Amino acid sequence: MTDQTAAIRPPGRVSPLARTREIVLSSPLVTIAAVILVLVVLSALLAAWIAPHDPVRLTPSQRLKPPSETYWLGTDAFGRDLFSRIIYGGQISLVVGVAAAIVAVISGLMLGLLAGYIRWIDAVLMRMVDGLMAIPSILLAIAIVSLWGASLWTVLVAITIPEVPRVVRLVRSLVLAAREEPYVEAAIAAGTPPFLIMRRHLVPNTVAPLIIQGTYICASAILTEAILSFLGAGINPETPSWGNIMAEGRIYFQINPGIVLWPGLVVSVAILSINLLGDAVRDALDPRMAKRGIER
Amino acid sequence: MSLLDIRNLRIALNGAWDAEVVKGLDLSIERGQTMCLVGESGSGKSLTALATMGLLPPALKSVAGSITLKGENLLEAAPARLRDLRATSMSMIFQEPMTALNPVARVGQQIEEVLEFHSDLSQSARRSRVKEMMEAVHLPDVDKMYASFPHQLSGGQRQRIMIAMALIMRPQLLIADEPTTALDVTTQAQILSLIRELREDQGSAVLFITHDMGVVSEIADDVTVLKLGEMMETQAIDDLLRRPQTDYTRDLLRSVPSQVPRPPRDGQSNEVVLSTDNLSKTYSGGGWFSKSREVKAAQDVSISLIKGRTLGIVGESGSGKTTVARCIMRLIDPTSGKINVGGTDIAMLSQKEVKPQRKKIQIVFQDPMRSLNPRIEIGQSIIEGPLNYGTPRDAAMTRARELLELVGLPASAVDRFPHQFSGGQRQRIAIARALAMDPDVLVADEAVSALDVSVQAQVLDLLAELQDRLGLGILFITHDLGVAAQICDDVLVMQHGRVVEYGRAGQVLGAPQQDYTKTLIKAAPGRHWDFANFRPFAEAAE
Repeated sequence: MTDQTAAIRPPGRVSPLARTREIVLSSPLVTIAAVILVLVVLSALLAAWIAPHDPVRLTPSQRLKPPSETYWLGTDAFGRDLFSRIIYGGQISLVVGVAAAIVAVISGLMLGLLAGYIRWIDAVLMRMVDGLMAIPSILLAIAIVSLWGASLWTVLVAITIPEVPRVVRLVRSLVLAAREEPYVEAAIAAGTPPFLIMRRHLVPNTVAPLIIQGTYICASAILTEAILSFLGAGINPETPSWGNIMAEGRIYFQINPGIVLWPGLVVSVAILSINLLGDAVRDALDPRMAKRGIER
Repeated sequence: MSLLDIRNLRIALNGAWDAEVVKGLDLSIERGQTMCLVGESGSGKSLTALATMGLLPPALKSVAGSITLKGENLLEAAPARLRDLRATSMSMIFQEPMTALNPVARVGQQIEEVLEFHSDLSQSARRSRVKEMMEAVHLPDVDKMYASFPHQLSGGQRQRIMIAMALIMRPQLLIADEPTTALDVTTQAQILSLIRELREDQGSAVLFITHDMGVVSEIADDVTVLKLGEMMETQAIDDLLRRPQTDYTRDLLRSVPSQVPRPPRDGQSNEVVLSTDNLSKTYSGGGWFSKSREVKAAQDVSISLIKGRTLGIVGESGSGKTTVARCIMRLIDPTSGKINVGGTDIAMLSQKEVKPQRKKIQIVFQDPMRSLNPRIEIGQSIIEGPLNYGTPRDAAMTRARELLELVGLPASAVDRFPHQFSGGQRQRIAIARALAMDPDVLVADEAVSALDVSVQAQVLDLLAELQDRLGLGILFITHDLGVAAQICDDVLVMQHGRVVEYGRAGQVLGAPQQDYTKTLIKAAPGRHWDFANFRPFAEAAE
């Protein structure tokens, strides 16, 4: 009787590219979401070549025109081309979304690790986090913007700060669970310093949930930026973003509803796509979901 | 005609008949008989039970053969018919009584529910019937018990509730799937005698699934041995234990740790590598304003471990044996007392001051699935410790390869991941990781409890061999008296955080002085049987 019940198999690792393809093709809905997202990102990146008009050039003679061959989605109150403004607006919105997600995830990860691993930091930090979470995030963002004045940087900070506490809580709970694992205790017994334990044994446990949390923060940051712009607390109104296009258009809603509806549609579809992709990534990383797949 | 008759049962995963998980099982049970289904993990014993109950998971719906209960083929029965049969003609007890009961419903009502669906009794008649049943399974203070929630009961009481629930409709067939594996030995003994008694009173047949030969020898009339889905043999219990027909059964019986203490080793060395002096750990809850009750997890534990020797700490769950191990490892901070490791008292040192001492003492944990980081190669896990103490990476890696060969794995396995190994192999890797630090003391916290008995025997052999070769002192924490008897020179028995008895293994296990130790030894299943020599101990003495 030998101890070879599970013969040692060769490593079976899937390349990241194959994994991505697997996730994207997992359901038609996810495929559509991915295609939409790629289109939105590409159009924002290549705005200078794609946009038919200059998004900030005023043409007073062409105010509030309905869609036509020249102006595909019509014009706004200053005669600027709506289609071009939406494409350029994607730049700001996507930068805000991606940057907020990355900054919030990284700073939340650092703080969450400290809170989860070091007792006294936990007590202090979590009370601050509780305090921050008690303030509605939009209110906090408006306060920050009004304190330092509107610019891309302050808007970014204002959007990111309210997102951090959620990441801290998530990471802390993951760390609290993971540090009870025998392999972490074995590392402590082997004299591994706390910093290395966090990097080698705790951080990998947080990666999958953080990817998902990141996609949600990205979506909600785009939304918050739009709300801030809509309320007039966003970036400089000259620069188009999806939010301030809608904000400016709301007065003319009855004359040309397209000014609000088109950017609104783009925001909704983009956020829906990001969330769908986030769900697909979560399902792909969750082994329980994979098991359910067998039964189908 | 037998009550339950299984003919040529075959079960395949996802309909793949070339990869069957149960391969042609024949089995029959008479009324009033107990059939034990024995096998190691992956033998298909639980699947057989689930197939009989009609509870197989969807991935395993491909079943061939026949399962006949009182002349009715269960494999062809409609779901509604099966549901009816499950309460009235056959029922099942599961391994973990905590998860099998609904935590937010009173246990009495959970038993009564069965009657509600399957009988026309009035509410008061139902209630008195439930209370009768609860008395039949020897639950104390039935009126109070009836209104209790599962978390208010002990593990043994919960299992009694499960049994009451299973037997309330007086089924002719009771299926018990490892019903005592999660329980302490003393509780296990009570549950086994309860099942025996109920079988006699109600005349029902019992299909008893277990991996433990000791339990088999206590309860079985007939035994069927399974290995990887294949039926090895079926025999009456006495014939099986005396004259096993297949090599597999013989090996299985030889692997059962004997309850007889090992002969004492002559002491050449007197070098104490680890000792504790009145080590105590008290957990105190409460916050700034309230002082909640204190839990004394370990009190005044004094041990001393000599180089090259094994000291066993034995006790039931909650006895504080693991608390002692974790204090010694400084994974938790002891409340008071001394821990001497190689001449240094580490009990009250800060984590930074402990670090230089950690090299001398290493630990192997119980759960082989969780003791290795699943995301890094095992080579990296093994060299982690040496790297922390300044060994160059190349030298540490060379050593890791040697260690893998030392524990019986190929050196080339260093760049594989934990999931590519079986439980026993992972435990070998965990031992290699501990040895990478060249420790003087190895703490094994239930290190073989999660393993199949044949794998367990191999890992114990490995530990003994390493001890001989490297002169390790081993602190062995276990709940299994057989394992303790087999490898320990000295034994310490703990109960409720206190030391009950401490001495040479031969003395403590052979001629115990304390009542608790006697109870423990008496409760150990299969203690009359010398499995390795295929005869009862009584005959050996003649």
